[in-house]
Amino acid sequence: MGGVLELDCRGMRCPLPVIRLADSIGDLPIGGRIAVVADDPGARPDVPAWCRMRGQEYLGEDTAADGTPRYLVRRLS
Amino acid sequence: MTSPTEPAPTPGSGRLGAGTGYLDAVSTEPLHPKAREAMLAALDAGLGDPLRLHRPGRNARLLLDNAREVTARLLGARPDELSFTGSGTGAVHLGVLGLLLGRRRVSGRLVHSAVEHSSVMAAGEWWSRHFDGTTDRVPVDADGRLRLDAFEEALAEPAGVAAVQLANPEVGTVQPVAEAVEVAGRADVPVFCDAAAGAGRVELPEGWAAASASAHKWGGPAGVGVLLVRKGARWRAPFPTDDRVDGRVAGFENVPAVLGAAAALQAVVAERQEVETRQRDLVDRLRDRVARLPDVEVVGDPVRRLPHVVSFSCLYVEGEALTNELDRHGFGVASGSACTASTLEPSHVLAAMGALTHGNVRVSLSRDTTDADVDRFLAVLPGVVEHLRHT
Repeated sequence: MGGVLELDCRGMRCPLPVIRLADSIGDLPIGGRIAVVADDPGARPDVPAWCRMRGQEYLGEDTAADGTPRYLVRRLS
Repeated sequence: MTSPTEPAPTPGSGRLGAGTGYLDAVSTEPLHPKAREAMLAALDAGLGDPLRLHRPGRNARLLLDNAREVTARLLGARPDELSFTGSGTGAVHLGVLGLLLGRRRVSGRLVHSAVEHSSVMAAGEWWSRHFDGTTDRVPVDADGRLRLDAFEEALAEPAGVAAVQLANPEVGTVQPVAEAVEVAGRADVPVFCDAAAGAGRVELPEGWAAASASAHKWGGPAGVGVLLVRKGARWRAPFPTDDRVDGRVAGFENVPAVLGAAAALQAVVAERQEVETRQRDLVDRLRDRVARLPDVEVVGDPVRRLPHVVSFSCLYVEGEALTNELDRHGFGVASGSACTASTLEPSHVLAAMGALTHGNVRVSLSRDTTDADVDRFLAVLPGVVEHLRHT
């Protein structure tokens, strides 16, 4: 599976989690995965929407150890 | 600052209408001059209680009946199928709950599109809480249109009522109401249609069991809602009524406001073709230009849409900052983004469409929005978005 880069966006209001995601995805190799940990409910629709608009792959949602939602993304380009 | 004696219609002056930068007609359309005229005449005439048999009462009754007849005809209903309510929201509650009550023995389940107005959801929640009902959302496609396949699937299970709006107020998409009515008809489920965003602008297809509208959305005064209940529909009053009108609503009618609502609707329908053509051109221009901005996505159906609405979302920008900055430049727009709403929840409409919920702007033209207004907006918008992305 390989490692997942985790972005701690707890307490951040949208669009900050998506801005952090956009800023960080370039640090990954193509095919690498990144997880946005965000409690703002706007991240749930906005991370997949960002992936669609920017040609990245949205892999789905799970939760961090503390129960905060985690949104997983794979870098495609 | 302009002096109160010189109400110059400059941007930011807080006025509505041409040249003011007001681009939020979906929230409320500026009062139509015909409505104002009718209301002032009614206020000056000093009308009596329409229930009474004296002359001032009979006068009021006559005017009220005439307004009901005009409004019903223009919305495709019979006068005795129409009740005036205190708001569009109130009409939705009455329409949805009344149909649910009438069907209670069949099923207490409300099926509705995922993009209904919050008043439909509120009625469903209230129904669930007090009558042990349930609600189910039917998904929409990426343009915000009801997915008829999913709708049909949802109605394969017993349902009390299906609610499908005429058009979506957030993104302007016109719903396939005629097709939905057909699907629901096969399942023998009555349809409630919230027509608030489209009434007077697009035709309300037939086949609904109940429908609703709101006068200030078409240029009438606020505080006048319209409830339509089809003759023969199984509808039961969910709240107490009185003997004033029809057993559907209660309370003393706001006769001047109702007359204003009818006068505005009549005027708006008469002007529709001309206004719609102009608005469609302007919205096409807006859609085209906005879509070319980097990382901006126009949302909503490009063709099957309300003539006067365009919605778009800008990546990496906060909706509240956008509306505030545009307001500073003299433009009044709405946003479906969470930070501008009273809750922190993102727009259920944008989320259901898979659209970006942050950085959202809804521009909606009033009947007197001009080319110059739109051009001025388009000149300012790119700089505003760019500026906010770099702060």
